[in-house]
Amino acid sequence: MEYCLGIESTADDFSVGIASFEGEILANIIDAFISETGGIHPREAAQHHSQVAGKVLAEAFKKAKIKPKEIKVVAFSQGPGLGPCLRTGATVARALASYLGVPLVGVNHCVAHIEIGKLITGAKDPVTLYVSGGNTIVSAFDAGRYRVFGETLDIAVGNCLDVFARTAGLRQREGMPFGAIIEKLAEKGSRFVPLPYSVKGMDLSFSGLLTAAIELLKREEYSLEDIAFSLQETVFAMLTEVTERALAHTEKKEVLLTGGVAANKRLQEMLRRIAEEHNARFCVVPKQYALDNGAMIAWTGVLAYKHGQTVPIERSFVKLRWRLDEVDVPWVKE
Amino acid sequence: MLIKKGAEANLYLKEWHGRKVILKHRIPKKYRLKIIDEQIRQYRTLHEPQLMHKAKQAGVPTPTIFMVDTANTTIIMEYIEGKQVKLILNELTKKERISLCKKIGRLIGKLHRNGIIHGDLTTSNMILTPTGKIFFLDFGLGEFSKELEAMGVDLHLMKRALQSTHFKFADECFKAVLNGYMETFGQETEKVLEKIREIERRGRYIAERKEKP
Repeated sequence: MEYCLGIESTADDFSVGIASFEGEILANIIDAFISETGGIHPREAAQHHSQVAGKVLAEAFKKAKIKPKEIKVVAFSQGPGLGPCLRTGATVARALASYLGVPLVGVNHCVAHIEIGKLITGAKDPVTLYVSGGNTIVSAFDAGRYRVFGETLDIAVGNCLDVFARTAGLRQREGMPFGAIIEKLAEKGSRFVPLPYSVKGMDLSFSGLLTAAIELLKREEYSLEDIAFSLQETVFAMLTEVTERALAHTEKKEVLLTGGVAANKRLQEMLRRIAEEHNARFCVVPKQYALDNGAMIAWTGVLAYKHGQTVPIERSFVKLRWRLDEVDVPWVKE
Repeated sequence: MLIKKGAEANLYLKEWHGRKVILKHRIPKKYRLKIIDEQIRQYRTLHEPQLMHKAKQAGVPTPTIFMVDTANTTIIMEYIEGKQVKLILNELTKKERISLCKKIGRLIGKLHRNGIIHGDLTTSNMILTPTGKIFFLDFGLGEFSKELEAMGVDLHLMKRALQSTHFKFADECFKAVLNGYMETFGQETEKVLEKIREIERRGRYIAERKEKP
């Protein structure tokens, strides 16, 4: 058997995954850097990554029950992401590839989210809604690349929810991130307060909405539950509207939901509805593969390696703003 | 007869007092709260005809509105014979394509000059008639605004639509759109272009940000 080891370190998670060339995931160890008050300080996160790298690597090998010398390719997330975090992961990947004497593959983080989603759910050619703390993208494959049909014009939707939670004085902890806390609060809310609904073509804007929600908090006229409810209902309706437009436009027959925000049950319910209306299959990527994870880098590394997309170590610079639609994906058939 | 089931509306081709008309019905969306749903549908049903009417006055062809029913979120408008620009753009010769995009640009310039923001400038919302006129449709996401920000986003969306649907010709097409735009929008075009660059740099993972302003 041949294996690819993937390293993910674009933001607050450091993760190592191991995938076989046939698409079996043998290990996916994630070590999250959690700040109770939220936000990611790039340097602190990078320090966390370098501290846990050795431990996470060892755990991955143990879980996969394989030896380092059985690794045929090393892949790493080359971007987009936070500079110091990306560089830490890249350094580990370069060292490992050169120690093992195997090729190195630089993987686009957003492509990897879509590829692992397809592998795990069995989706073939979906419209993907990728929603997380750093990204908000509606994408579908066309002519050799994942095209971006809609995206945020300012902040990511996860970022919007996180900053709201932080401003409300909430605290997150392991297993209970801000998104989950807001979801719980929203379930208890019932009074809807109108917030700016900002859909521009297929693109979205969340910054004005966030400001308005924070203003509501300050006015102390509505309960936190009601504001969380209104915020969720508004942003998810916006996301669902643009996804539906992409679905109508491309006439694809699958909807894939991934990223950290994909765990939200209300968002899942809304997307399931539009998928049904358009006779499309709805697929949600399970949490361990929807959050930033090494398995997605390992699996995409396999696909890229098979198509000769390796990178010499001396040219393996990280790309902080590497767009999804800049990447050729020759392994996807028309 | 249902001719198109769009994401937010159903379009029916009908006979209405001896004319061929399009009936556009914004259908309820059960995925969102009823209060959000009704607000969005009624707002768009009311604003779309106003924007289309103003656009026509500004010299941008749009279907004539015959009836608006906000309670039933329905609009009855003139049926335009022609082809969607989306379907023909990739088939044209380079010269024809550039000339068509330039024409589109001139029309967008006219809209903006008159404070009309289309809100969803894509080639599927434009119809080329046999006489060579270009009709703009779907003003549902539009607004009245004279702010550079709104104009910049409008043009940025046009660029993004070209990139996702006509990626082979996106650059030459958008350049032609801007050339046409400049003709009708005039001297302040440079300010709008600077705004577009600013909007693109604002995005989170945007290649344009690699270049220093």
